[in-house]
Amino acid sequence: MSELVVEKISKLYQGEPILSEVSFSVKDGEFVALLGPSGSGKSTLFHLIGGISKPEQGAFYLDGINITGQRGAISYTPQSPSLFPWRTIIDNVVLGLEIHAKPDYDRARTMLQKAGLSGYEEAYPHQLSGGMQQRVAFVRALLSPQDFICLDEPFSALDEFTRLEMQKWLLTIWEENRQSVLFVTHNIEEALFLSDRVIVLSSKPAQIKKEFVVPFERPRREELLLSEEFLKWKKAIYQELQGNHDERHH
Amino acid sequence: MRHRFSIMKRFTAKTVSPMLVLVLLLVIWEMSSRLLDIPAWLLPAPTVIVAEGIDGWGNYQHHLISTTQLAFFGFLIGATVGLVVAMTLHLLPAVKRAIYPLLILSQNIPIIVLAPLLVIWFGFGVMPKLIVITLVCFFPIAVSTIDGFRQTSYELLHYMHMAGASKQQIFTKLELPHALPSIFSGLKIAATYSVMGAVISEWLGANQGIGVYMTLAQSSFRTDRVFVAIFFIMILCMIFFGAIIGLEKVLIKGRGKEDES
Repeated sequence: MSELVVEKISKLYQGEPILSEVSFSVKDGEFVALLGPSGSGKSTLFHLIGGISKPEQGAFYLDGINITGQRGAISYTPQSPSLFPWRTIIDNVVLGLEIHAKPDYDRARTMLQKAGLSGYEEAYPHQLSGGMQQRVAFVRALLSPQDFICLDEPFSALDEFTRLEMQKWLLTIWEENRQSVLFVTHNIEEALFLSDRVIVLSSKPAQIKKEFVVPFERPRREELLLSEEFLKWKKAIYQELQGNHDERHH
Repeated sequence: MRHRFSIMKRFTAKTVSPMLVLVLLLVIWEMSSRLLDIPAWLLPAPTVIVAEGIDGWGNYQHHLISTTQLAFFGFLIGATVGLVVAMTLHLLPAVKRAIYPLLILSQNIPIIVLAPLLVIWFGFGVMPKLIVITLVCFFPIAVSTIDGFRQTSYELLHYMHMAGASKQQIFTKLELPHALPSIFSGLKIAATYSVMGAVISEWLGANQGIGVYMTLAQSSFRTDRVFVAIFFIMILCMIFFGAIIGLEKVLIKGRGKEDES
């Protein structure tokens, strides 16, 4: 079980507020997307959850325990794959585990197989494509001992086709484990396609603008992306985001 | 096939042309010393040097062994000191701030000028020689290692922090392997320095070694022997250098891309 509660988080950066009273929660087994324009402090929020910096105000609770400022409480996949170039793929995916316990290579091998990466266990990261590297990074997050997974725009560096492949892949892998996921993105389609709930952030300072509960059934298929209803939702969220811009100009 | 062929062509072009130039230079040297009647004490012909190299093997072989040992152990001590200094300064930033500038400053003193002092303090034994070699070796290793630690990828460091890694884990799992290529570039420089350090320390006073052989040859105007010594010093440097490149190939993995670019 793992449930994250974000309570009234505020953060200043060089005197400017970048997060202002941000509150939301991710329930056990829920996939939540945090959607906001670039530079809206989404990554900062992750740094705060990860304990790299401390918020001026507010707290994080994981399963009821205060984890504010505590490192290593969540499992994390950054924007770039951040694989260790001198480690083989198998050694890379066990790293998260290795930091806290003894690595389980058999489980890692099974996971890599499920992720469509069998045969690459002994390869080095530079021999893999960008999409595959990102898969490895995600498998590393899944294998980490923490149950709660934070994904920081993991597909933003990929091209459109690879990105869709990766999204479908992520969904199939996730369906098997149903771990709680907080997914940060600036792509509306991605947020809608993947998540159970989309939280829209405004920028400067980031505040929760609106929350959308995504009604689409799981497992989700690619066809969904072109359905009438999907486009309707996309439009609604787009207008919500546009609203941000108008407010800023006025 | 064509690919393999082009690699071969490039390989031959890479090795053959400098070889040709070298042979040409040797031929010019040989011809001019014969035709212009240059006295052997001034510039002996290459053939004379080669002959001395072969005939005199028994005369200088023990010098060669002694210098090789001296350079090797001096290098080992220097490398150890360099790595320990780098790690200490890296793990204790306050100490680094206090000592690093002094370390850089100390390198403005040519180590060689310290050699007479060392002889005064430690005599003519092995000790002052090892100190000279250590002093010339540790610095390039320490500096390049510290550089390697400092250039640790921010992204990977960030991941380690988020994953909750301890300072020790960050050091052993990230910083140290990340700095390996830098450590090796320091080791390569230090390897050739160690041979130089050994020979120079022998000049100052020793009973055996290539340096001693050189000074003896020089004072008796046996220029051919000086050349033989120079040749073996080159060979020794190349062997040291090659050994370190070999070790580097074994230890540094998974960075093919970086090497190619």
